[in-house]
Amino acid sequence: MRIISADVVVIGGGGAGLRAAIAAAEADPGLAIALISKVLPMRSHTVAAEGGSAGVVRDDDSLDNHFDDTVTGGEWLCDQDVVDYFVRHCTEEMVQLERWGCPWSRKPDGSINVRFFGGMKVQRTWFAADKSGFHILHTLFQTSYKYPAITRYDEYFCADLIVEDGRVRGVVAIEIATGEMVLFHCKAAVLATGGAGRVFRQNTNAGIVTGEGMGLALRSGAVLRDMEFVQWHPTCLPGTGILMSEACRGEGAILTNKNGDRYLQDYGLGPLDPWPRAKAMELGPRDRLSQAFWHEDKKGNTIQTPHGSAVNLDLRHLGEKKILERLPLITEAARTFAGVDPVREPIPVRPAVHYTMGGIATNVHTETSISGLYAAGECASVGIHGANRLGSNSLAEIVVFGKVAGERAAHYVRSARPVSPGRTERQAEVSAARVLRLLGNERGERLAEIRDAMMDAMEEGVGLYRTESGLKAACRTLAELRARYRRGIRLDDRNRAFNTEWLAAIELGSMLEVAEAMAHAALWRRESRGAHQRLDATARDDRRFLVHSIARSGGDGAPQIKSAPVTITKSRPGSRVYGGAGTKAELT
Amino acid sequence: MTDTRTIRIEALRFNPETDSEPRLQRYEVPFTPDMSVLQGLQYIKDHLDGSLTFRWSCRMAVCGSCGMMINGRPHLSCETFLRDLYPGPVRVEPLDHFPVQRDLAIDQAGFLDKLAAIKPYIVSAKERPLSEGPSRQTPAQLDAYYQYSQCINCLLCYAACPQFGLNPDFIGPAALSLLHRYNLDSRDIGWSVRADAANADVGVWECTVVGYCSEVCPKGVDPMHAVNENKVNSALDYLGVKRLLGGR
Repeated sequence: MRIISADVVVIGGGGAGLRAAIAAAEADPGLAIALISKVLPMRSHTVAAEGGSAGVVRDDDSLDNHFDDTVTGGEWLCDQDVVDYFVRHCTEEMVQLERWGCPWSRKPDGSINVRFFGGMKVQRTWFAADKSGFHILHTLFQTSYKYPAITRYDEYFCADLIVEDGRVRGVVAIEIATGEMVLFHCKAAVLATGGAGRVFRQNTNAGIVTGEGMGLALRSGAVLRDMEFVQWHPTCLPGTGILMSEACRGEGAILTNKNGDRYLQDYGLGPLDPWPRAKAMELGPRDRLSQAFWHEDKKGNTIQTPHGSAVNLDLRHLGEKKILERLPLITEAARTFAGVDPVREPIPVRPAVHYTMGGIATNVHTETSISGLYAAGECASVGIHGANRLGSNSLAEIVVFGKVAGERAAHYVRSARPVSPGRTERQAEVSAARVLRLLGNERGERLAEIRDAMMDAMEEGVGLYRTESGLKAACRTLAELRARYRRGIRLDDRNRAFNTEWLAAIELGSMLEVAEAMAHAALWRRESRGAHQRLDATARDDRRFLVHSIARSGGDGAPQIKSAPVTITKSRPGSRVYGGAGTKAELT
Repeated sequence: MTDTRTIRIEALRFNPETDSEPRLQRYEVPFTPDMSVLQGLQYIKDHLDGSLTFRWSCRMAVCGSCGMMINGRPHLSCETFLRDLYPGPVRVEPLDHFPVQRDLAIDQAGFLDKLAAIKPYIVSAKERPLSEGPSRQTPAQLDAYYQYSQCINCLLCYAACPQFGLNPDFIGPAALSLLHRYNLDSRDIGWSVRADAANADVGVWECTVVGYCSEVCPKGVDPMHAVNENKVNSALDYLGVKRLLGGR
């Protein structure tokens, strides 16, 4: 095993990981910072974020507005102290990205333009056309070249964390090109590994979004929080799940059913006029819009496509000039992947899994329950999303809390005591042997069989609307799949060098555990709140469930689910109202 | 779906651990009209041969992972459709001009070093506190460099570039486009720190204006134009004019 010594290891080279590495390097340029990623950083899924990132900038907006939209949007399951920190730091991070070269879209006078997103009182979304994540990621990646303290280990797959006496001591990784096992000794580690949307079949996520950071943390003794809250984005291409950004609606696109009706007015988002107006109709939040689709589908009001039912996302009235200027990526994607030209026809769309609102539980400092281990971005549950994430809060989250994680990790390193490397190395050998065993199975199932069965179980039992019996069935299936996985996957590929089948098998082990945590947390939460809807418990139940869920690893068995308090500071739980009367808003 | 047809995919296989020479392997792949070459490869990986090795991620033409030669031409496999290649066969090979790591996966390390050489970040005149807010940049100033900021680093342009084929040290189309992107940014004064990379033997002068790079770019970046604008800059720099004008 190759051994590398670092002070801080950042796992994941997307927006959160890059921001963390840069923050650590700025906090202490003398540190040895290892940035390890299973793909080249610019391939990370941040690249696919489209619509933009929140940051209060308009005179008619305020931090209180951003706070209220976030906490209301999350149906009071957000930790309000963390939301408060978050909204106070979004704008400076957007400015920081601007200084680093991010090509934000501008007004004619050269100042920053912002657009509407769902559930926002005032326009607050900074955007770079509809390639905001792409530009943020490339800006951060390119800027990272300025910092000699950062050494990148591109295409290193993180296979395990080494934790001793409650402190993180090392990271075991596979150098993908050679298959060599590598131990990174470290004093602190930051998990920035992204979400887990690929445990579902229809999702907007890149193939790498497999949740193994969450799995690693869970197995190492950290806990996952609020895993039942999975966000369905309402406007995705049927079949592939490719995202048609919320920016479409932010720019004025409408949703119609097969009769041409703007059906959202039937689901508490109306009345229709005056249009557009903030927090109404198509500018409602994602959970409500996805749920409205489900009901329209039940009523038979959807359009049938070869990949399932759909409704129309209609941009035509925006005109070709605006569509091409503001939404070039979705125009190109609709043409290429759906064969539809949004300038001339509506785009058929349906909900697909988009975002993992739960994750590795951290406090506002991004500290997990393991000393020296931090988590930021989609893999983490820092507490800002609650039961439903507000669109454009996730890009802001990766930079705001990526920075916190990098600074905290750098600070922690100074106080970390030296340890005997021998013990860490012995543990790493055990980890490596376990991972290598997967290569040698003579008998077993094909990887894709177990993976596809997992996706089916999640779609079937842990979907937009859930029931006790459906969730129990999903939990049983997932337990069986974990048992089948333990009995063995037989790989076609027995080589060490660039064996992506082997890596997918390791990923699948984590995906099954993460999927199980989602299903069990959803079973435990016997109420409906935000993105978690139970047909057998349709009301919100603040008396019993105004709490986070916590999932702790049960080893080979099911995870244990408990509750943990939600921090409420200034916004008392109330009713979550969208639509209603309001004034016509200006589309910028 | 009922309209399933079958197409032959011929994939170049090479495993440095065991093979001395690359070979072609043929797979019969059922496909529907909406399936991309990438989805064909995923079908092979899932059902026929788990050892076929290729990179992919976003499957929507923005991450830049899945570039490969498809019937001899560089493409993103996620946005190239099997229906358009029927009746086939479809030959998939690693991007030209790069060392092969395994099967369709090329070694990208050289490109990453070239990115470092062009200093791909804003060099600003003075540090201003963030509290002063964002810089002003008019839509016209944004437009000046915007096209060159669209590069997804998919490396198709390197596979298309005959000069890169002859000289792997050539900084090449994507990195030189990025150099141009930063030089054209109204917030940047880094022209002089990037000049050495542009002026070097392996810089802009290596380009022989074939233009195939711009033709294969899936994002409409025009690397040939970027490179050749920098020839003008480089010549001015040689004459000492550029530096006198303050680098812009």
